[in-house]
Amino acid sequence: MQINKFFLGGALILAAVVYLIFSSTQASAEYFMTVDEVKAEGTAAIGKSLRLSGAVLGDSIQYDPETLTLTFDVAHVSGNNAEIEAQGGLALVLYQAVNDPSRQRVTVIYVGPKPDLLRGEAQAIMTGKLGEDGIFYADELLLKCPTKYEQAVPEQASSN
Amino acid sequence: MFAEFGYGILVVAFLVALYSVVAAIYGATNKSASLVESARRAMLLTFPLISIAAASLIYLLVNDHYEVSFVYEVTSRSMPTYLKITAWWGGQAGSLVFWSFLLSAFASAVTLRKWERDIEFLPWVIVVCSVTLIFFLGLVIFYENPFTRFWLVGGNVEPHMFAPLNATLFTAQDGQGLNPLLRHPGMVIHPPMLYLGFVSYVIPYAFAMAALITGRTDDRWIRLTRRWSLWAWLFLSFGLVLGGRWAYDVLGWGGYWGWDPVEIAAFMPWLTGTAFLHSVMIQEKRGLLKHWNMILVILTYSLVIFGTFLTRSGVLSSVHAFANSPIGPLFMGFVSLSLIVSIALVIWRWPDLQSETEMKSMLSREALFLLNNLLFMSILVVCFWGVIFPLASELFTGQKITVGPPFYERATAPLFSALLFLMAVAPLSAWGHSTVQTLGRAMWKSAVAASIVTVILFFTYTSKIGALIGFFLVTLILFVTFQEFWRGARARQKVQGENFFTALSRLMGRNRRRYGGYIIHISMALMAIGILGIEIFQTSTQGLLAQGEELEIAGYTVKYRELASWDDAGKGVNFTRATVDIYENGIYLGELNPRIDYYFDSQQNMTIPGNRSTFRDDLYILLVDWQPVSNMGATFKIYVNPLVNWLWIGSLLFLVGIIFAAWPDHDPAEEPVRNVRRVGQSSAAD
Repeated sequence: MQINKFFLGGALILAAVVYLIFSSTQASAEYFMTVDEVKAEGTAAIGKSLRLSGAVLGDSIQYDPETLTLTFDVAHVSGNNAEIEAQGGLALVLYQAVNDPSRQRVTVIYVGPKPDLLRGEAQAIMTGKLGEDGIFYADELLLKCPTKYEQAVPEQASSN
Repeated sequence: MFAEFGYGILVVAFLVALYSVVAAIYGATNKSASLVESARRAMLLTFPLISIAAASLIYLLVNDHYEVSFVYEVTSRSMPTYLKITAWWGGQAGSLVFWSFLLSAFASAVTLRKWERDIEFLPWVIVVCSVTLIFFLGLVIFYENPFTRFWLVGGNVEPHMFAPLNATLFTAQDGQGLNPLLRHPGMVIHPPMLYLGFVSYVIPYAFAMAALITGRTDDRWIRLTRRWSLWAWLFLSFGLVLGGRWAYDVLGWGGYWGWDPVEIAAFMPWLTGTAFLHSVMIQEKRGLLKHWNMILVILTYSLVIFGTFLTRSGVLSSVHAFANSPIGPLFMGFVSLSLIVSIALVIWRWPDLQSETEMKSMLSREALFLLNNLLFMSILVVCFWGVIFPLASELFTGQKITVGPPFYERATAPLFSALLFLMAVAPLSAWGHSTVQTLGRAMWKSAVAASIVTVILFFTYTSKIGALIGFFLVTLILFVTFQEFWRGARARQKVQGENFFTALSRLMGRNRRRYGGYIIHISMALMAIGILGIEIFQTSTQGLLAQGEELEIAGYTVKYRELASWDDAGKGVNFTRATVDIYENGIYLGELNPRIDYYFDSQQNMTIPGNRSTFRDDLYILLVDWQPVSNMGATFKIYVNPLVNWLWIGSLLFLVGIIFAAWPDHDPAEEPVRNVRRVGQSSAAD
């Protein structure tokens, strides 16, 4: 009797937590995609919550301070960390992505303050939706600059 | 010279720690007190050794030894000395040395205590601490060596510890410098605070394992480590709060917590640690939940290592993460192994950990504490799910799916609300047995008062239902807790004939943990006010202003006056500082100076908000952009964050509460043991 009471209570809490987790997961799931995957999905990707990663093209960065509208292009990079490592590290992969005109590219629009870390060859991780015009409208923008975090060997020229 | 020396000392420390493990195990199994003593001395020796190695590293950092790759990565000539010192934990290799340093310090401190009554624990505490130390030192020595230097080999620069054949040492002109975002006082102390908390939890875990191995599975291990877990909790909490404050001051997104995987990694051991803090009281008072406490301390230890792993492996995309590195799998291996061994020990001792009594009433203090534990574990499960979901979904479906902050907010909000409600109810319930009637009688005044406050807020402040529920719970906690202070002091006043304040201070002094806990509950309520304020009522606006133009937000008028830009060559920074005048309903309040600092060496901006903070709200202004040529227009993003100050005020009170509870007054181990037959005693008597 005593035990039943506690088990019933525990089961109720468990059920509530499971419900909370699943309903919240469904409501806020974002699909991790690379530029290539978005292009491959075509119109199927429109309107889905996406988390897109890509290499920022420095020349494409435009900022309109009047409307706080930030526009830039990203080029395809692999979404897999191990693959990036195998290709020679994040810095190299980003460098190659930016300098390879055959890579698929997507234009991104983000409204808000211009992030401090935004520059060419940064890795942008953007949350948002793909519009029908093929432009990615980002609500959130995370940036990683490999040179800031990753081990690098100094330029030899600096020794002279 | 210093590089080889420091590395050599680390290797010696590694070997000494290995010896202490072997000697402790052999000494314990063969009942050789002298071998255990030898293991203890070896353990003690690791601290001076690692300190010397750390001092060598600091020497290299401070003196611009750019032939050392770690020094090159985290410092530059333009950095002030104190930042060069703190760059010790600014990169991966150094922070692993820092971890080892703290662990050897704590393990030494604990082995120095008087052991007479608990001598059988000693060898196993040494084993657990030393094995953990060996793991971290091993990572440093074999994988992430901060003493690695650059060598010129056949025209290429390569990092190696020792000179390769035909190589000459290569010294870079200047280092890369610490990321400017990390050059902030909050960031200087945030990582060490977190690490202090992380490492402190190794000690309760070590005692728990010692208790399981020796079979002394009473609550002696809990009493011995009560203070350690309190201090661990203090440092971890302080570290989390500092991280939030740093984000608010430096990251310039008007927030303090982003549900970033690495934040969650530090938050998860805090959740189990908080649950542990509560559930050990049930074991001490009632002899219940012994298995559960073991599992909680094991989980906390595993999450501490897992948290260090998450921040250090690059396995998850996060602003905090360092680069990918080979140490990830090793961390996973170590966590899995220690988890398996610990759980196996618990299963082995399962029959010895039986409860001494039974939980009867659903509303008894112990049942509510159990509920509190379940809620903390539920939040942990939510967090863990969120963190591993991208990895798991990729594994099972091939599609990497991630969940963002909305997931955590949605899933945890009801759980946090339930915790707030418990915080209001549990202090009034009695050990052993409570009923709805006894609880209702103790609570009705506070409930009525909180309802009145909520109704007033409904007519004057907000009609949002979520906010009203939150404010009701917060005021309920405040009224109940203050009533508890009042009741206790009045009761003592009557018995002792003291005046009210003497009675209150003596009452609190005699029951530090209880009243420290109440102070912490009050601080949690205040922090909840701040979180409700910024989460529900934050408003923002933005715009390009010419000189003299204004923006309006929430009763404030922000008027752009001027902009100045200058270089500080010594610091290697360009400052661009705007001056804006603030008015509220036409009354001049003062000026604010949002600015952007540009660091030449790392070519990076840092956006420093101008913030005017009051009890009612924060006016938080960011300089977003400006026209350099005409020096006329500047773009601002302005947030009004209502009540957020209460988050920081609550945090300070929180520290006061923990320090009050943890302050050493007498040896808690000397307290009389619990009498399990005292069932149904009044709640004020414990």
